[in-house]
Amino acid sequence: MDLKSVDFIVDKYQEKRTALISILHDVQDRYRYLPEEALRMIASRLRMDINEIYGVATFYKSFSLVPKGRHSITLCMGTACHVRGGPKILRELKSFLCIEPGQTTSDKQFSLNVVNCLGVCAIGPVMMVDQKFYGEMTPIKARRIIEKINNKRSGVKS
Amino acid sequence: MRKVKSLKDLDQWRDDILLKQKRYEMTVSVCGGTGCHAYGCKKVRDQFAKGIKNNLMDKKIRLRFTGCRGFCERGPIVTIQPHGIFYQKVQEKDVPIILSETIGKGKVLENLLYEDTSTKRKISSEREVSFYKLQNRLLLGNNGLLDPAKIEDYIGIGGYQALAKALFEMEPEQIIDEVKASGLRGRGGAGFPTGQKWNDCRHAQGSPKYIICNCDEGDPGAYMDRSLLEGNPHSILEGMIIGAYAIGGSHGYIYVRHEYPLACQNGEIAIIQARKAGLLGKNILGSGFDFDVEIAKGGGAFVCGESTALVASIEGRVGEPRSKQVHTVNRGLWGKPTNLNNVETWANVPLIIERGSQWFSSIGNEKSKGTKIFSLVGKVKNTGLVEVPMGITLKEIIYDIGGGPQDGRKIKAVQTGGPSGGCIPASLFDLPVDFDSLTQVGSMMGSGGMIVMDEGTCMVDVARYFVHFLEEESCGKCLPCREGLKRMGQILDRITEGEGDEESLALLEELSEVVADTSLCGLGKTAPNPVLSALRYFRPEFEAHIHQKRCPAGVCTSLIQYVISEACTGCGACAKICPTQAIVGEKKQVHRIVAERCSKCGSCKDVCKVEAVMVQ
Repeated sequence: MDLKSVDFIVDKYQEKRTALISILHDVQDRYRYLPEEALRMIASRLRMDINEIYGVATFYKSFSLVPKGRHSITLCMGTACHVRGGPKILRELKSFLCIEPGQTTSDKQFSLNVVNCLGVCAIGPVMMVDQKFYGEMTPIKARRIIEKINNKRSGVKS
Repeated sequence: MRKVKSLKDLDQWRDDILLKQKRYEMTVSVCGGTGCHAYGCKKVRDQFAKGIKNNLMDKKIRLRFTGCRGFCERGPIVTIQPHGIFYQKVQEKDVPIILSETIGKGKVLENLLYEDTSTKRKISSEREVSFYKLQNRLLLGNNGLLDPAKIEDYIGIGGYQALAKALFEMEPEQIIDEVKASGLRGRGGAGFPTGQKWNDCRHAQGSPKYIICNCDEGDPGAYMDRSLLEGNPHSILEGMIIGAYAIGGSHGYIYVRHEYPLACQNGEIAIIQARKAGLLGKNILGSGFDFDVEIAKGGGAFVCGESTALVASIEGRVGEPRSKQVHTVNRGLWGKPTNLNNVETWANVPLIIERGSQWFSSIGNEKSKGTKIFSLVGKVKNTGLVEVPMGITLKEIIYDIGGGPQDGRKIKAVQTGGPSGGCIPASLFDLPVDFDSLTQVGSMMGSGGMIVMDEGTCMVDVARYFVHFLEEESCGKCLPCREGLKRMGQILDRITEGEGDEESLALLEELSEVVADTSLCGLGKTAPNPVLSALRYFRPEFEAHIHQKRCPAGVCTSLIQYVISEACTGCGACAKICPTQAIVGEKKQVHRIVAERCSKCGSCKDVCKVEAVMVQ
């Protein structure tokens, strides 16, 4: 594995231990998860125990120790989205993608995540696919968005 | 960017900015808040930029990409000044028409105006829109006047003048006295007097002292801090610098949730600009005072909104709270005195310094001063951010500003205070909204989430939702919270599945008491609130689940089934949309739902035009 980027990221934060969370964010953005080799390298560069870094990486929900899919689907489970039918959308996505939240489809295309609140409560239920927000979701709309991405990939006209 | 080294420099800069702005005949502001982004405001902005350039109007018209305007449900929002025209739901295709008709000929486009929900009248100016009319937008109002990525815009509206006043005309003690006299209380939820906290931190032993802005807005359903930091980051920086000067702080952090990328970005830009301009760093405005700020990102842990957990997170550690026998003002970040305030609290500071404590304390009611921003969301017509004077009633917020129920169903409660708060029933909607009144009825102000619930919301399901939320977010350090919430969640699960029994409610109440009394931090101590308030005001709903195995709101899937009545016209829309192909029937004949295949997603009910799909 090419770990040059990890070096670069740690340099950017001047090897500050307090920047650990920011470093992990950047590494995850780069590799789409936190590879063990990268964590070991961060540990040695920050002169920290690998256990401590593992503790942080598993405590915070944003981090993943397993590779994520190409497209990330984030579904908001905040209160406003909940009362407007967020759980129905989750049920639909789970059955459509055949995965649970936190998992990735076997073809490594989609990862499904749920978060506490995306902070776009006024237009709930909200879903975010690859950093793009979709408001006023319904189960069927959510499925169509995923289908569209899938079709684009396989070249089918939608 | 120019560097300001003195008060004179700052005034000169402002004069130059205003002179430059005068050249423009018109300003077109496109809302760039996250809500409008979801509706495609970026394309609208780009289209305006292209159109203005192509028509050679860029010397006359200023295009501004602002922060959140609050009325997110109607996005993308475009306003045109000085005419004061307010367009809502603007799409890319509308832009050329706005350019030629409104900007070119001064004609107002009816189809883009807001239509009053009760009078059906088209309204052209922002101030006349019922959503805005009752508001007092001291903090949010500025979002519409500036581009958050341009420090010049903030300077132009009088930004950093309060800082200049604090640095050159006031002693640190005087500033603290002024904040104390204003009656400002922490906007993060608990409502601790801000001036007192500053005073304690100023007199705490140890150096350096740290200043923290808490933008770990974890309460689900609340997003006012996000909009402030995204839309007007300099006002927060200005508040923090004034606070640091009063307290004697030398370094500051803005702790932002990782889920808020735009807030991180705009905060970062503002810090860099303020540094370049000499408003952060060494010798601020030539006063001899040094202070700098950096952004610290969270990692998606709700508990990190708690001060001691937040401090641990900034230190790069696991965000576990500690016992608060020693407060963070005495021993906080790296064991040093630390003053932590919420985003909205910091944003109020420049206003108090500039306009005085007397002016500030004239707004609000006896024990809660100033305004408070709420995110009015859920089953209400006008959703968005509302800023109102403290003491306004819930009824005014929900019905006058919010426009009442979303789809005709009766509103039955409003949830405030997030997972630490509770549900307030409609019978108490005459209650004034302030720190103390909400606590009295078993809820709390919290950071300002206000989630409206109607007859289609099941209160048992809501209680269950919050308990599972907190169970998931409990850091696990102390037993009552870790295990207690788990058991409470199991009891509530059983009730919603129709397996609750006579003892369930008594056990739930007993557990609530233990968790509240013995948990280590605020998360556990307040965790039972949503359950207790739901039991207090909506006990019959719990009993219906237990005794009659029925969910009155039609939400709990184990207790409901979807059926199609004789009213069905056989249009086939439901069968087409059903994700599990559970609906069968001939064209133009009454359809039927095959219960074994039905996933109870409700899509058929949403799509049925004759309301033939019913929940039983």
